Amino acid sequence: MCGIVGLFLKDEALFPRLGALMAPMLAEMTERGPDSAGFAIYRDGPPLPTLSCLAAPGFDWDAAAAHLAQATGAPVTVETISDHALLRVGSDLRTARATLIAAFPQVNVLASGEAIEIFKGIGDPMAVARTFGLEGRSGTHGIAHTRMATESAVTTAGSHPFSTGPDTCLVHNGSLSNHFLLRSFLEARGETLQTENDSEVAAAFLSWRMREGDTLDQALAAALKRLDGFYTLTIGTRDGFAVLRDPIACKPAVLAETDQWVAMASEFRAIAPLPGVENARIWEPEPGTIYSWGRDGMRAAA
Amino acid sequence: MTTATMTNTGVLDLSALSLREANETLQAATEGAFTIVNPGGRHAIACGLEHPVSVTIEGHTGYYCAGMNKNADVTIRGNAGTGLAENIMSGTVRVTGDASQAAGATGHGGLVVIEGNASARCGISMKGVDIVVGGNVGHMSAFMAQAGNLVVLGDAGEDLGDSIYEARLFVRGTVARLGTDCVEKEMRPEHLAFLADILKRAGMDADPRDFRRYGSARTLYHFKIDNAGAY
Repeated sequence: MCGIVGLFLKDEALFPRLGALMAPMLAEMTERGPDSAGFAIYRDGPPLPTLSCLAAPGFDWDAAAAHLAQATGAPVTVETISDHALLRVGSDLRTARATLIAAFPQVNVLASGEAIEIFKGIGDPMAVARTFGLEGRSGTHGIAHTRMATESAVTTAGSHPFSTGPDTCLVHNGSLSNHFLLRSFLEARGETLQTENDSEVAAAFLSWRMREGDTLDQALAAALKRLDGFYTLTIGTRDGFAVLRDPIACKPAVLAETDQWVAMASEFRAIAPLPGVENARIWEPEPGTIYSWGRDGMRAAA
Repeated sequence: MTTATMTNTGVLDLSALSLREANETLQAATEGAFTIVNPGGRHAIACGLEHPVSVTIEGHTGYYCAGMNKNADVTIRGNAGTGLAENIMSGTVRVTGDASQAAGATGHGGLVVIEGNASARCGISMKGVDIVVGGNVGHMSAFMAQAGNLVVLGDAGEDLGDSIYEARLFVRGTVARLGTDCVEKEMRPEHLAFLADILKRAGMDADPRDFRRYGSARTLYHFKIDNAGAY
């Protein structure tokens, strides 16, 4: 069992309160996943190319930033929070990520993008939220996860969300049964996976499909064919988010929408605290059906 | 359980009371009418009631609402999460909105009314309960259903009645696909009379003649005498 929440804000006036709205949602899902948690925030405001990174305590982030700046010929600034660091880079993100991982293999790059920032940790989900200041964060949308591990160890790197490419990430409730085979398949096609987690394989699958030119909806349609197992997935993108349940639909999901926001959660109780929920349209997403939202409104595809 | 009459008619506010406090009050009452406000999607609201009390829940509920209900009349004015009225023995449980997976699962008796849609596995392993759904039911509904009636005014998803025993299934709309050993059966006068009665009790406006009946082909759970020589 795991818990998932997602919140996509339509009303700009709510942007400064994104984290404050998401924190109670995450808290409500603690019982579904008390061993670790994580969240992805899509910042509002101008683009800021960023690598969200994790390393063991004591890692010298300034030295890593200096190396990256020299190797790429572009300035790098560092913001450290606990065992995480946000590296603001002036160069191409894909190059910066590859350069950093090559020089410092002990660094786990949790996300790269112009808006996305990912934070994760083990232990009580609300302690993780406090450590990384979820409540004070502003943004356009975010997704978060509470984990009850089944397929791999309880580690910070093994917590969700998993990045699936530039400004894209995924959280997963369920378990995949073909992740070993799929991992080899994806590694042979150039995907670099950094954990033993089955959900990271799903993330890498979407990343591979989108690198091959698929839209998110096309990549999810491909995932429906190739992923074997139980899953409710929520995927964050630069401009929106998507929800997909496997055709058997063992794992729960609820969607709710008002004029101000779209929310997704494993259970309604995580949506209950949101403002205006009494007027929301609330429904259970159909099995094997892709639901996605962007700045141009809802685009539901089958 | 005390046999003395205990009436505690009133409003139970789940933003102020713990779920256990509210449920203990409901379970102790032997008659009366209660309203639960601010349910907030909590699990197991109004479960384990044994007496003929009336409970109205104003808002959406979480998992296993009105589970194991006996004699009580529970109405949810909103949606219900997974396992609504699970293992209901008697009484009535009504939802004005939608119900999530496994509504009425393993129910032995009583009536479950879902005015909106029910999702997957509605009436799974039902053992005598009557379930009336105003909208559609999801896939694998009435899986291994043993007894009782599932009445669907809308459409049924894939694998309706898979591995069914002796329950009766009535669907007004389309069936995406029948499950293994589930077949369409003729509508006889007693079925039309039953539908007229249960639709009335459920407060649903529909013509019994618009329904089709499905049930067990009885090829899965009877021993085939032809196989006797194999042992």
